[in-house]
Formats: sequence, C-alpha cells, structure tokens
Amino acid sequence: MINFDNVTKIYPNQNRAALENVDLTVNKGEFVFLVGPSGSGKSTFLRLILKEERPSDGRIHVAGKDLARLTNWKVPHLRRRIGCVFQDFRLLPNKNVYQNVAFALEVIGKPRRFIRRVVPEVIDLVGLEGKHERMPDELSGGEQQRVAMARAFVNRPMILLADEPTGNIDPATSIGIMKVLDRINRTGTTVVMATHDAAIVDSMRKRVIELEYGKVVRDQVRGVYGQAY
Amino acid sequence: MRSNFVFQEIWVGLRRNLTMTVALIVVVAISLSLLGTGLLFVKQVNSTRTYWQSKVEISVYLCTAASPNPNCHGTITPAQQQQIQTTLTSMPQVESATYVSQTQAYQLFKQDFSNDPSYVSTVKATDIPPSFEIKLRNPEADYNIVSSAVNGAPGVDSVIDEMTILDKFYRLLDGARNAVVVVALILVVAAILLVANTIRLSAFNRRRETGIMRLVGASNFYIQLPFLLEGVIAGLLGWALAAALLIGVKSLLLNNLQQYFSYNVGLSATDLVEVILLAMFVGVLLCGVTSFVTLRRYLRV
Repeated sequence: MINFDNVTKIYPNQNRAALENVDLTVNKGEFVFLVGPSGSGKSTFLRLILKEERPSDGRIHVAGKDLARLTNWKVPHLRRRIGCVFQDFRLLPNKNVYQNVAFALEVIGKPRRFIRRVVPEVIDLVGLEGKHERMPDELSGGEQQRVAMARAFVNRPMILLADEPTGNIDPATSIGIMKVLDRINRTGTTVVMATHDAAIVDSMRKRVIELEYGKVVRDQVRGVYGQAY
Repeated sequence: MRSNFVFQEIWVGLRRNLTMTVALIVVVAISLSLLGTGLLFVKQVNSTRTYWQSKVEISVYLCTAASPNPNCHGTITPAQQQQIQTTLTSMPQVESATYVSQTQAYQLFKQDFSNDPSYVSTVKATDIPPSFEIKLRNPEADYNIVSSAVNGAPGVDSVIDEMTILDKFYRLLDGARNAVVVVALILVVAAILLVANTIRLSAFNRRRETGIMRLVGASNFYIQLPFLLEGVIAGLLGWALAAALLIGVKSLLLNNLQQYFSYNVGLSATDLVEVILLAMFVGVLLCGVTSFVTLRRYLRV
C-alpha cells in the first residue's frame, strides 16, 4: 500500500537529511505506529506520502502509484484515497459537525443524496450520534478529534494518516480515539499513526517503526514504544 | 460540480472582505467608464471628422484691383487664371476645381448674409474676389499638397484651407480623448492591483478551508473557482455601474454636442452597446486573468 524505496529527503538550506535512506513497506490493512523524538522525520514521512513534498532521492509508491510520475493534476485524486487527522483537529469553526464532515465530500463534488446518506453513518461510526448540530467550540477535544476522524474517513480512504491524533487529548479520552482508529483499521483501511504516546503504543501491540534523525532504527511487528528487550 | 456550494463560497468570500470588494467594484466601474468614454469620444470624433472631411474645400481667392496683397499686381489676367486652372485640374488629388466669378460670389455672399441687409449694402460686388473652389478626393491626406501648389502663384491673393481650421478643433478633441484614455489606463492598473489584493486577502481569509480542501483531494479547479468567480463577479458589478455611467455620458454629454451641428453627428445606440460590450469584455478579462494569476501564486498544490 505504501512503499518507500531508499527515500532521502533534504529540505533546502539544511545540511541534515530529514529522512535518510528510508526503505520500508506498509501492507494493505496494516496498523503502523511511527515513533521517534521531535524532528526525527515522522511528519516528513507523512507529507511525502501525501505528495506535499517530493523526495530528494528514492522512489515512493502509494496505493500502487509511483508518486514521482504522478502529475500535479492527479495529486488530488491520490489525496482522495488518503485520509488525514492532525493533532490540532483542523475543523472549520463556522460549520457544525455534520457540515464539517460533509465539506470533505462537497469539495470533491459528490452528489447531495450520497452525502446525506454517508455522513450520518460515519458520524455514528466515530461515536458522535445525536451531535450533528454542535459547533466545534461546543465539543470537547476528544469529540473534535472524532469529527476530524469522521471527515478523514467519510470518503472511505485506503489509507488513514494520523499525525499525533492524541497529542492534545487526555489519556482517558485517547483510548476512545484509539478505539475509533482501530475500528477504521478493521474496515481494511491502512492506518499510519505518528505518536509520542507510549501508553497507547504499548497497549495496542501493533507494528512500530521508530525513526531517529531521519533513519529507521527499529521496525517491529508487535512492538512497544520504548526499546523492547 | 456542486454549483450551489460554489456560489455559497463566493458569497461568503465577497461578504467577508466587503470593504475591499466595494473598493474593487468602484475602481472597476470608474476605470471601465473612463475607458468607455474614451472610446465614445473616438467614435464621436471619427463621425464628425468623416462628415467634415467630405465637405472640406480649398478656396483659392484671386487678385482683384482692390487686393492689398503684394503678390497681386492689379486684377488677375485671363492667362494667369488659365494657368491656375490648368495647374489645379492636372493634379490627381483634385476632384474638381470650380471657378466662381465675382458676380456669382457676390450672389452667394448676399444669400449668406440675407438676414443682415445693412451689412450687405456696405459691400460692393467688386469687393468680393473671384475664386476657385476646389474639392479634394482625399482631403485629409492631400490638402497640404494642393494648397501649397497654388499658394503664391501669380494672380493668387490667398488660399483659405478649411482643413487648418478643423485641425485645431480636432487637436482639441484628440487631446481630450487622450487624456481620458491615459487616466483610464492608470485606473485599470489600479484595478488590477486591487483585484490581486482582494483575491489574496480572500485566499488568506479562507486558508483554513482551502487547506482542508487540498487535504481531502479537491481539485485545483474546485478550490480556485470560488475565488476566480469572486473576482469576475466583482468585475461584472463594476461593469454594470460603468454601463450606467456610459449611458449617462452619452445622453447627457455627447448628445448635447448635436446642438452645435446642423447635421446628425450623434452616436447610434449600436455604438453605445458596442462600447459597453467591449467594456464588459475588458472588465471580465481584467478581473478573471488577474484573479487566476494571483491564485497561482497563493494557492499552490
């Protein structure tokens, strides 16, 4: 589903590589934790998958497409198959829960009937039933992140990228968020989650990829946050 | 394509920076109406010029015994007159050269001033010089050549060239037109900068929305269309104002010119519509292209 072939990324005017010779494959339906200290290249990794950045060297394949050969014109189509969730939710403050989720479908031109059918389903899936009319500022952090997840998942992407989705949320609420991500993963969606949250990584027992200074230093099938000895 | 979604976005965008939008509409309106006024002027000048030029004649006044001109030594001799006649008729630029005798000229004079008999009574038939009235094939291009050919020839008192009189008038009109066009062009530049700024502000105001749109895979077209249409709609509103102003300019200003002319120099409604449509084309193009170029800079994939 995601394949990095010896990928190096050096940002302009920077001596150190943000990613160096990263060579890995994430299969369809996998759940992967991306761990490592700040500046280790986790975000760069995610941005490369979205083709928001281009690698300085190496090849990236996402959903069977060689990103280097993907024209700018086709990039939006790639992004429709990838959902994104962020630490800061990125909801539209002037739209309610339903409108925030529907927005993702409206802007890719989906018919209204389809939107009316699909959006409530996804809002239920993330556990926000009955809160369609709430505005983002009337929701808790955890609920806002659920809206963001609903928006990311509403178009049934093949891949869900989550950049520290529990970074702004207390541990108890985080468990709920992880349950939603797990539920999404069980529908066959590949999930890549960058995180600092050791407790979550340890409890989920999923594949863990650890980055340090842009290099993959660990790739464990059923890993924990810290080094497993 | 969800059209009502796009229109909703446009409405939000226009409302959010209302002051900029109003400024934009006003500047577009003024620049387009000045541009249109310039064009109407050009048409007006052309319509009067075409009329005049077909009428322009050169009058060659011949010497009489009373001529004070040192070039004249008494009344013109028949040989001299014949010479002038030959010179004129042999010139390819001359359509016709008609001899008007003193008697004929006096009759014409009496006719022209028939409402002022006291003036007519002070003038004797011998005071009016005989003349050649020359019609030109192509007055605008040729009047200099023809007038200089006979000016100063023996027996010629003076050459009155109507074109030189008209020229002053046209120079004035042309100057006014150029001034209007220059001001219009300066305003067009201002309008372009304002469009760019408005769109940039609008894009900045909605960076959150556009960021999410990019993220969920909205096409560039879909992301940019509301901004583009925002510019074009502002342009169209400006144009509508300009159209109203242009109709005013024509009916209040140019139609008043008519009273100074005894024949029809008025511009037709077709001329006005033509100018207004051209202004629309310029306005939409100006706003659309500027928005598009600005968006390419501020809304990258």
